[in-house]
Amino acid sequence: MKIIVLVKHVPDAQFDRHLTGEGYTTDRDESILSELDEYALEAALQLAEARGGAKAGNQVIALSMGASGAVNAVKKSLQMGATEGVHLTDSALAGSDAAATSLALAAAIRHIGTGAPVDLVLTGMASTDGETSLVPAQLAERLGLPQVTFASSLTVDGGRLTARRDADTYSETVEATLPAVVSVTDQINEPRYPNFKGIIAAKRKSITTLSLADIGVDPAHVGHAGSWTTVTAAVERPPRTAGTIITDEGDAGIKLVDFLAAQKLL
Amino acid sequence: MANVLVFIDNPGDALKKSTLELLTLGRSLGETAVAVNGDLHQDVSATLAEYGVTAVFRPSAQDLDDYLVSAKAAYLAAAAGAAGAGTVLLDNSPEGKEIAARLGIRLNAGVITDVVAVDADGTAHKSVLAGSYTTSARATTAISVLTVKANNVMPEPASVASAPETSTVEVPADGTATAARVTAREQKAASGRPDLSDARIVVAGGRGVDGDFGPLEQLADALGAAVGASRAATDAGWISHDAQVGQTGKTVSPQLYISAGISGAIQQKAGMQTAKVIVAVNKDAESPIFEIADFGIIGDLFDVLPQATEEIKKRKG
Repeated sequence: MKIIVLVKHVPDAQFDRHLTGEGYTTDRDESILSELDEYALEAALQLAEARGGAKAGNQVIALSMGASGAVNAVKKSLQMGATEGVHLTDSALAGSDAAATSLALAAAIRHIGTGAPVDLVLTGMASTDGETSLVPAQLAERLGLPQVTFASSLTVDGGRLTARRDADTYSETVEATLPAVVSVTDQINEPRYPNFKGIIAAKRKSITTLSLADIGVDPAHVGHAGSWTTVTAAVERPPRTAGTIITDEGDAGIKLVDFLAAQKLL
Repeated sequence: MANVLVFIDNPGDALKKSTLELLTLGRSLGETAVAVNGDLHQDVSATLAEYGVTAVFRPSAQDLDDYLVSAKAAYLAAAAGAAGAGTVLLDNSPEGKEIAARLGIRLNAGVITDVVAVDADGTAHKSVLAGSYTTSARATTAISVLTVKANNVMPEPASVASAPETSTVEVPADGTATAARVTAREQKAASGRPDLSDARIVVAGGRGVDGDFGPLEQLADALGAAVGASRAATDAGWISHDAQVGQTGKTVSPQLYISAGISGAIQQKAGMQTAKVIVAVNKDAESPIFEIADFGIIGDLFDVLPQATEEIKKRKG
């Protein structure tokens, strides 16, 4: 199988995150591989391993789009066990919205599929920065592929995949033919940590760098210029401040209700 | 004014409050048509007229629910064309956002999700980076597609009722050709509590609950609230994963958020910091949650919550 996993380099949610500069793009200092993408990578590794792994010709290709730092998301993926990495980078990509991002990624996926076609594109259920969860569905629409989003389990048998999706009021089983775009939730598996052997092995794996010219995308169709949405203003929310803190002396439940009544919340 | 199209997926016997909110918002932006999928009950038609809807579209195919998202996106793209829509409004559910995503590509339209308000000129407002910023954004395309969060608009019927014409829209075949197919669907047992994402009040528990959500559920029922949980509590299997609030779960924005036995690590805070009022109950006085709580109680939730529940019942008589 040839599986592409989309991995994104996102600001670590453990720290305060900031919008910066023209177009209010996200400040990517202190960035890491998006936690939600690790589940997609783990799902890909398990599918490949169940089919005999890299020795049997299974490829797990980590693809990241972004500025120079984004290569770190690819490196982490290689340490976890991806067989190769692709870094799509071009200054014209800065500020791409979901539509422009899906355009560039679709072109990169077609490029990677030249020769041996791609069987599966796996992604996390959302990025932990933009959080729109638009890209997997937009990618599927652009590639003309079935999409299966929010998969909490995934099996592939021959050219068919079966997935389970859990919504608030129902659960469903869905089937699609390969190739397909699948996004997975954090319930699908427990991602592995890179071990020492994996870290050493990653140093020998290749990372291909692609530019927009390599994948035949006009710079005017991506970045701020090619995006279909624009951010016109951004205001940082003032930090919440602590209010009244009391220690329970046997009547805190009643004081809580007094507080709710005063706030007209009962 | 531009034409607006509102998508209503399987309305059932009566329109949901969030749908009435979309219709009210739509009317503030232009002449509002709706695209319905599923049965159209007489009462629903009457409500659409009360809300001033000028046209109702229905799909030529009845099996859109058998496919994942793309069939509905294809139908909606055709309906947007028929309505001459400049704006398409959908609810902000995961499915609503995905339909919006595919619709955006079909219509060459910018998509904005998690919208809480829209100005008359189409500028949409939302919060990003887990509530750290509020932003204004707009589509630069001829059509914009917006998914709108619930509880941000007061539903209001039109001053003059309308008499909408119903017409059928042909569903393009390519919406189903490569779509994933739903082969089984089970309904989950309803809890009788409001949906977490839309609830006005949320009572959430974490590690400190130690496996027993009983006191939280009783308080939630007294308040008409939804029950949420931190990742520690869902990973421990104490409550269903659907209840998870935070970075990898649901972002909630209620009027009141009561946090019980949750330390308030940043991912949890990220899921709820846009709540209007935050109450925290925790034994550990050093918990970070107290840094952002409007009212904090250092105490045992197994004492404080039942006492509060009794007091609320007493006051409500």
